[in-house]
Amino acid sequence: MEDLGEKFLQVVIALAIFAAIIGFIMLLVDRAPKSFRDKATIIGFMAPAAILLIVGMVWPAAQTTFLAFTDRNGAINGLDNFIWMFTDPSALVTLRNTVLWVILVPTLSTIIGLVYAVFIDKAHGERVLKALVFMPMAISMVGAGIIWNFMYAYRGTGREQIGLVNQILVWFGGEPRQFLLDAPGNTFFLIAVMVWIQVGFAMVILSAAIKGIPADVIEASRLDGASAWQQFRNITIPSIRGALVVVVTTITIITLKVFDIVRTMTAGNFETSVIANEMYTQAFRANEPGRGAALALVLFLMVLPVVIYNARVLKKQKEIR
Amino acid sequence: MTSTPAVPVTVDDKGDQPVPPITRRVKQRLTSRGATIAAVIIAVIWTVPTAGLFISSFRPEENLNRDGWWNVFSNFEFTLENYADVLVSGGSQSPNLGQYFVNSLAIVIPGTLIPLVVASMAAYIFAWSNFRGKDTLFVFVFALQIIPLQMALIPLLTLFVNLKIGEFHVLPPGSYAQLWLAHTIFALPLAIFLLHNFIAEIPGEVIEAARVDGAGHATIFWRIIIPLSVPALASYAIFQFLWVWNDLLVALVFSGGTGDVAPITQRLAELTGTRGGEWHRLTAGAFVSMVVPLIVFFGLQRYFVRGLLAGGLKG
Repeated sequence: MEDLGEKFLQVVIALAIFAAIIGFIMLLVDRAPKSFRDKATIIGFMAPAAILLIVGMVWPAAQTTFLAFTDRNGAINGLDNFIWMFTDPSALVTLRNTVLWVILVPTLSTIIGLVYAVFIDKAHGERVLKALVFMPMAISMVGAGIIWNFMYAYRGTGREQIGLVNQILVWFGGEPRQFLLDAPGNTFFLIAVMVWIQVGFAMVILSAAIKGIPADVIEASRLDGASAWQQFRNITIPSIRGALVVVVTTITIITLKVFDIVRTMTAGNFETSVIANEMYTQAFRANEPGRGAALALVLFLMVLPVVIYNARVLKKQKEIR
Repeated sequence: MTSTPAVPVTVDDKGDQPVPPITRRVKQRLTSRGATIAAVIIAVIWTVPTAGLFISSFRPEENLNRDGWWNVFSNFEFTLENYADVLVSGGSQSPNLGQYFVNSLAIVIPGTLIPLVVASMAAYIFAWSNFRGKDTLFVFVFALQIIPLQMALIPLLTLFVNLKIGEFHVLPPGSYAQLWLAHTIFALPLAIFLLHNFIAEIPGEVIEAARVDGAGHATIFWRIIIPLSVPALASYAIFQFLWVWNDLLVALVFSGGTGDVAPITQRLAELTGTRGGEWHRLTAGAFVSMVVPLIVFFGLQRYFVRGLLAGGLKG
């Protein structure tokens, strides 16, 4: 702990340098000759963000696109990385897993989140119930990974189990299982962790949408003698369609980029890897930046249509309002 | 498991109804009770994994290895040794989480403040000044959100490592600088977009009045825009704080993997991989890392949810 002071000093110095840069910009802007002042303001205020985004994001993204067509020595190798991705057996498993994640996580999270949002709308202690299910959103996926590693912990048959899931199996007369080792089931047990996290997000957004349904619409359907289920089908679902789309697309995007859960729980071994994890492994562990870049590019191309669709729906909603 | 069709979906009853009052009250109480029970069941299922880990972190090592945490109710023993072990005990065998906890703090404070200021400045210009191509540029910044951070990692690391003036590393390896900058860059598109939406709503008369009084842009920005934007700044700051604190990918790529700068998430991920059986350490360690986000979350939940509803999500 002797270096505590040194670390603190690093932070203070960094913030001081940052404050000096910003202060300098402010000074320049205010002292600029009057005729030039507005222009100086625009340039000065935009410069930090513009430089960081161009140097740190736009240019690297362009470079990554180029890297995707090179081999480990930096020589151009055409489509080799993509051929590897779509023919190599382990790479194909990665792609298959990513598809499983992207189908299951948004669907299950949204359904459970919606059901829960509907339940708590009528329940006592709504605030507490909300907070409990939402809580996994706040903690890190590394923390969630450890929590579920512990849930899935395995002890041989006949020994006392320490993982709750295996204990429940044993209580019901089953044999304990190696949940994270046996493919292909293990991918589903990782997916369960992500669902556990994302249900909270779906629930908060959908709950807000449900509360936004005008009371008279519900009254009217009630007077018409609609059952609870009919009301749910014909009033609730159509009224919150926009929110449902946002929830599904947002979770889809997050799921495509999921990295921490796989990294923490299996490190992508035992046929559990997904694109985001494989990208890291190839680029920073296996010394194959070309393959890593190709995987990043494919990830980008998968995210792209979802984002565009999401933006369209949001825009349309704003126009209606 | 929770697909009972008799889902109560109504908002609270108001006003007159043709239903006799007694039946109505009974019906309402029934649906409400069924919903409460179902909701409580889900809430319990959702909470048990975290609770189990939390209880386990206070059990002595031998108990932890002997049987499951649910036995704690029949066989109660409590210890803080696990926490003492992961936090303060020295030596190369110790997880030394105290040190990594400090690293996390050292990363997250500038990693939240710097993007907030940089993004506010850009958002102010996008909201309150006019120049040719402004709208196109704004759409472009907005569109940058779709670039997954994976697209930038490889070249950015090369750039950071090679950024030298003569022999002097601008962003020395084994310092926090690379992490601060990386987190700032990845935060900007969403931050500019969200803060712009808020800053654009500030009444024009306020700014005009200040300008008439002879205030320059710098004064207007710091004296008017920033104070009036506090709700939006707070919402975004919470997000950025949690995102940086909980991050693993940026840390793995830019920390160089040394204990000098690596955050607690990175250390925990490493421990899970190399010493996954040491549950007395992992349970306590996981909770040490969760304490800060949980305090932020429960303390500032209102802002958190508000930010979420405004579209504050990234990754």
